[in-house]
Amino acid sequence: MLLVVAGTLLVGALPAIRFSGPDFFTGRVFSFGNLYGGAPTVHHGVAAPAHASYGAAPLIVGTLLTSVIALVVALPVAVGGVLALVERVPRRLQGGLSLFLELLAGIPSVVFGLWGLLVLGPLLARHVYPELARLGVLVPFLKGPVGNGQGLLTASLVLAVMIVPIVAAVTRDLLRTVPVLHKEAALALGMTHFEVVRVVTLPFVRNGVVAAALLGWARALGETMAVLMVSGNALNIFPYDLYAPTTTIAATIAAMLDAALTDATGMGVSALAEAGLVLLAITLLTNWIGRRIVRRTVGVPLPVGRGF
Amino acid sequence: MRTTWRRLSDLGFWSLCALGLAVIVVPAVWIVVGLLRSALPLLDVRLLADDTAHLGLQNAILGTLVLDLGVLVIAAPVGVGAGVYLSEFAGRRLASTVRLFPEVLAGVPSIVVGYAGYVLLVVRFHWGYSLLAAVLALSALITPYVVKSTEVALRQVPTGLRDGARALGLPVTTTLRRVLLPPALPGIVNGVVVALAISTGETAPLLYTAGFSDANPAPSLLHHPVGYLTYVVYTDIQLPSAQMHQLANAAAAVTLVVLLALILVGRLLGRRSARWTARMSV
Repeated sequence: MLLVVAGTLLVGALPAIRFSGPDFFTGRVFSFGNLYGGAPTVHHGVAAPAHASYGAAPLIVGTLLTSVIALVVALPVAVGGVLALVERVPRRLQGGLSLFLELLAGIPSVVFGLWGLLVLGPLLARHVYPELARLGVLVPFLKGPVGNGQGLLTASLVLAVMIVPIVAAVTRDLLRTVPVLHKEAALALGMTHFEVVRVVTLPFVRNGVVAAALLGWARALGETMAVLMVSGNALNIFPYDLYAPTTTIAATIAAMLDAALTDATGMGVSALAEAGLVLLAITLLTNWIGRRIVRRTVGVPLPVGRGF
Repeated sequence: MRTTWRRLSDLGFWSLCALGLAVIVVPAVWIVVGLLRSALPLLDVRLLADDTAHLGLQNAILGTLVLDLGVLVIAAPVGVGAGVYLSEFAGRRLASTVRLFPEVLAGVPSIVVGYAGYVLLVVRFHWGYSLLAAVLALSALITPYVVKSTEVALRQVPTGLRDGARALGLPVTTTLRRVLLPPALPGIVNGVVVALAISTGETAPLLYTAGFSDANPAPSLLHHPVGYLTYVVYTDIQLPSAQMHQLANAAAAVTLVVLLALILVGRLLGRRSARWTARMSV
């Protein structure tokens, strides 16, 4: 099945790969060209509509930026929250609180998108971003104007909420494998709970947490609908600050396939296939490395899919 | 002095952790309660009576149900079969290689699966936007989950039972049917039900395989686009009318309720399975 998906994309992408070559990764303009007339341009023996240009650099940058910010936000929240859950919350309440993790994992991405678009984005733009923008004196990326709440930071925050359950679920299962005797020994030496976590618990689960982060990252990289709804869908610009509209590979594929279909040379569809291929390669790599780390070091099976 | 610092850092660290826990719990409640509160007044029997062109959801709800049914027909047998094979029959070497496939496939972005479905099924095979293309794309996304949960459920069956069956000279198929499957069944069903829940909430793989239609799903596998709930959420919220926005909200609420109900059913079944295996391993 994986081979079918990858093979289909590769075959579909071949004309675009021949047409743009390495410009695909460096070019800043992703445009299907004039779809309504004009003589097609021929480049490296492949025809594309006039003025077509398939430079995916802004998409790739947008994908990496949103997902990395999401991960940076989600990782401490997930690990800290689950530490509190497993180490400090009474066992009777743990099951109930864990339900919220599953609830969060179960919410479909369009609903996250809806929430980001209607609730979180406007809220942040009205009350939080103006305060953040004041820090712009110190950090240039935080300078306003803050916009309407659709953009890089909002998309990243929605993504962060989406990947928290994956990272948290894996970390929770890992924390339960930490030997009690080690923790008790550390406590008996007079350590505070924080020191036990620092000296015993975290080193024990470190590799697993890295793997969990990779899984969460892969999910953030590939997420489509939520980003499509809250990112502002800016094509062909690099985000100039944290509030700037942006887009990702996945969101672009979803948004532009309609337009690509009207391209008689078929090059638009092919260029999107190449973008999909790049995305597939990145996510497979992160996923595979994460799973290898876990298989090597810890016995906890990683969840498949969204972290149920 | 040093002790004070250590106490303070302990307190600070756990406060931050508690904050993290709050940041996990609050959005979950916020999203679900917020959506249901804004959508509950909109939920109305008329939504069931009209199609999306007339501000109802009939075609979308039926479409989602038909898609789920299709996934059940394709992904459940394939996934369960593969899971049984991986857990019981595959040699150790083969299994560890093959096992990676569903895991890695589960990490493929859903839009990539949808896109491949479009290029291969919709265009190359000339199926058009169709039920079959949509069901296959969804199944590709869901099957790994079914494989994994089947495998895990079978693995939880105590080895003693397998040894006992073998000692009695039972044939492999009988062992599977009479000894291994009964205790694993709730776990397997849980996997299938949760997979259905996930497919109910998916949008990206369907955008370019199912298309969309304001009409009810046609009794045909090919060439007829299918409407579904999540599409209404995504599209109608961008349309410039308050009624469309309300429809999007209502569709989101229906999706969420169906999905959460499925997950809950799955969990209850899973808990039964855990209790069963616990009893048998004593």
